[in-house]
Amino acid sequence: MLMGLYNYWIVVVLMMVGFYIVIAHGNLIKKIVGLSIFQTSVFIFYISMAKVDGGTAPILSDGISKYSNPLPHVLILTAIVVGIATTALGLALAVRIKEAYGSIEEEEIQKKDNLDC
Amino acid sequence: MGIAIAIVRMKDLFAVIMLSGIYGLLSASFFVAMDAVDVAFTEASVGAGISTLLMLVALTMTGRSEHPVRHKPVLALAVVIVTGGLLIYGTLDMPYFGSAEAPIHLHVAPRYINESMQEIGVPNIVTSVLASYRAFDTFGEVVVIFTAGMGVLALLSVVRRPEELAKIDSLNDSMHEQHLILRIVTKMLIPFILLFALYVQFHGDYGPGGGFQAGVIFAAAIILYAMLFGMSTARRVINQSFIQLFAAIGVLLYGSVGVISLLKGKNFLDYSALSADPVAGQHLGILLIELGVGVTVASIMVIIFFNFAGRRHNPQNKGNDDSC
Repeated sequence: MLMGLYNYWIVVVLMMVGFYIVIAHGNLIKKIVGLSIFQTSVFIFYISMAKVDGGTAPILSDGISKYSNPLPHVLILTAIVVGIATTALGLALAVRIKEAYGSIEEEEIQKKDNLDC
Repeated sequence: MGIAIAIVRMKDLFAVIMLSGIYGLLSASFFVAMDAVDVAFTEASVGAGISTLLMLVALTMTGRSEHPVRHKPVLALAVVIVTGGLLIYGTLDMPYFGSAEAPIHLHVAPRYINESMQEIGVPNIVTSVLASYRAFDTFGEVVVIFTAGMGVLALLSVVRRPEELAKIDSLNDSMHEQHLILRIVTKMLIPFILLFALYVQFHGDYGPGGGFQAGVIFAAAIILYAMLFGMSTARRVINQSFIQLFAAIGVLLYGSVGVISLLKGKNFLDYSALSADPVAGQHLGILLIELGVGVTVASIMVIIFFNFAGRRHNPQNKGNDDSC
């Protein structure tokens, strides 16, 4: 019976992969990729919750009475576009850091900071 | 899932980004399987298209290889496994996948499904929830996108002298002469992409689509143009200050629809005030704010791309602030 929960487990695994990239890797671009994996796992979480067995896409038409829940779709739809905008902001920060420090590796940046002070 | 794990292992960032594009496309097809057509639409154009592109542009400026991790990632791994275990333990109480009795389906959603046709008169429930029931939320999202775009602009925009521009122009032209076939094919494709974006924009009431998707597709067409014909040509077609003005106009349009409905004595963004017939008012309101969303999203995406790409051509501007 527990197999009915498999969608959550996929989400958890994906989320943890993203989380691992964020905390274990020093490269800022890689961290941003990790964040976007994490983000997508949340999207999958919401969308899989919205699914109803036997339901169809929430566009009203004759002869269909069962629809998947439209509300999570709305939330995730906007979240995706906001996500790309914030990812772009993160990338912009990474580019500026590269220009200022000559590196996007966390350790090297920290070393430089310590030397300067 | 396999792709996500491969991303962890790879050191070559170029491959990582390509994989993340594939990952985006896969999750889009997953969303189709989950009946979320609107979301899949967005994810396909954003996850597999624009975000891959932006990361690649950022990569050209930051170098493509990752340094090997020096410390052992045991601690990180432990944290991840513990958190993951706890989360899986948490899922044991969750409703089963696809069950129609899950709490999420019992509140609010039935009203949207059963009554949105009478109240809003738009077949696509996602559009009517996005643009009417929860229009205030969407307004917030649009403002967030706008702010992020302004942030990128503040971080990356460069002011150039005309002689530098000319130098970059000649560099560009020599670079873009080569891809003749690509250029011609793209030239034929771009009008259709733009047309498709407009279709998605205005057909969003009846089928999957809407301002967010249309904006991203529209921006993709312009970015494609900029990639193949050079930034300087693209800048001549779409002026930077012009597109900035447009981004602001989109938000303004959205907000002023709300203010108009306030002035007419209804709630903020209550479109039934816009016309004598409430349903016609809803239609008009949804059309207007979707237009506002589309304009803002398209211009912000183009602004973001232009600033990233424009930054690429002058690596000389080193930051000279040594304070820490």
